[in-house]
Amino acid sequence: MSSNAPRHTALDALHRSLGATMTDFAGWDMPLRYGSERDEHLAVRSKAGLFDLSHMGEITVTGPGAAALLNYALVGNIASVGVGRARYTMICRADGGILDDLIVYRLQEQTYLVVANASNAQVVLDALTERAGGFDAVVRDDRDAYALIAVQGPESPGILKSLTDADLDGLKYYAGLPGTVAGVPALIARTGYTGEDGFELFVDPADAEKLWQALTEAGAPAGLVPCGLSCRDTLRLEAGMPLYGHELSTSLTPFDAGLGRVVKFEKEGDFVGREALTEAAALAEKNPPRVLVGLIAEGRRVPRAGYPVVVGGEVIGEVTSGAPSPTLGRPIAMAYVDAAHAAPGTAGVGVDIRGSHEPYEVVALPFYRRQK
Amino acid sequence: MSNPQQLRYSKEHEWLSGAEDGVSTVGITEHAANALGDVVYVQLPEVGDTVTAGETCGELESTKSVSDLYSPVTGEVVEANQDVVDDPSLVNSAPFEGGWLFKVRVAEEPKDLLSADEYTEFSGS
Repeated sequence: MSSNAPRHTALDALHRSLGATMTDFAGWDMPLRYGSERDEHLAVRSKAGLFDLSHMGEITVTGPGAAALLNYALVGNIASVGVGRARYTMICRADGGILDDLIVYRLQEQTYLVVANASNAQVVLDALTERAGGFDAVVRDDRDAYALIAVQGPESPGILKSLTDADLDGLKYYAGLPGTVAGVPALIARTGYTGEDGFELFVDPADAEKLWQALTEAGAPAGLVPCGLSCRDTLRLEAGMPLYGHELSTSLTPFDAGLGRVVKFEKEGDFVGREALTEAAALAEKNPPRVLVGLIAEGRRVPRAGYPVVVGGEVIGEVTSGAPSPTLGRPIAMAYVDAAHAAPGTAGVGVDIRGSHEPYEVVALPFYRRQK
Repeated sequence: MSNPQQLRYSKEHEWLSGAEDGVSTVGITEHAANALGDVVYVQLPEVGDTVTAGETCGELESTKSVSDLYSPVTGEVVEANQDVVDDPSLVNSAPFEGGWLFKVRVAEEPKDLLSADEYTEFSGS
């Protein structure tokens, strides 16, 4: 990643042929939207959407010591993840600060696939490589080995079933298995970042176009549309899912972000950040500094990351993500606010939107939960 | 997309209609609407406000960003499009028609407004 030229995914030509509006994202040229981002968002909520997520960073960890390495390097209990299952977890610094949030798939007894955010791929790779010292394990940069295509939405199981013999009914949420989709070898994972049922398909970049086209054709009758990063952001925001650089950063611990549950103190042995996180857990229990909450606008102006949250003219927090919610029909935001003002229903909370204090309702996250 | 021949254009991507009884209509171009993405909030100048060519007189908010609305001419606002305030998606669906923004009694017009062909070249649209 030394050059400044944007990187292109294996689907780049396809996005352009579809008339996508492209944007730079973490050094990659990615589709922001193909048409209306609102229509794309609503398609995922009601039918299905197709995403190119090839910018995500894949790291493979193999060897007899792979489980022990990941238990030491990450905050979760990765050794306890069954083969064919996945886990949402984080990698922290020694001071407890979050380096990234991750999904780790256990592909085989001694093989894990770690998926990092595009913006942190190198940081995570470097940290895992450094922490691997003394472990009988190999850390491999597999960013170029995979294209990643996601199918998300209530129609996605039916669409995928028409293209694969894999046992999708037996594939639980947060599980992954190797299979073949439209004749393409793929790791089929039931994971996503939209709040809907859906699948993420890790394939050889050389097969990406073939798979995309097959999914497009199979999904057309069900209303599947290509979807860009813009609606991905509003979908995850409605689902209350954090985004690194917004709700998560090195200056916050998982406990600050309300995600202390990902830290597994009960696992055996030391792990990076254990001591600092033990203190952070105690502090969060007694006296949380700020709490991550949801905000729903009473008006129509959209809060943006960095805008102050105010009560009676006093700044009591800061917006980390904000957008118009296509599902709720009103602007929504996630924000860190002082614990005193964090209870759902707290009155008198506003957001300073370019100088005017707009009223907002404090709500518990998520804003949207799908009907299972 | 095509930019209507009868309109004139500013480099801030506003369009201006010819004057009828001294009143011109202002909107943003299709190129600008596409660049914004789905518009979700429109703040317009109020009737009676004086707007100045090249200065901000409102804002347009989309999913991803907020943009200032510039007036292409100097004059007095005589009407603001309430339809577009109620349904900002009109800016995307009909930027040159139902998505117009406000009407202004023109006092002064800048000399550097563009023709449709000049704007098409300028914006690459």
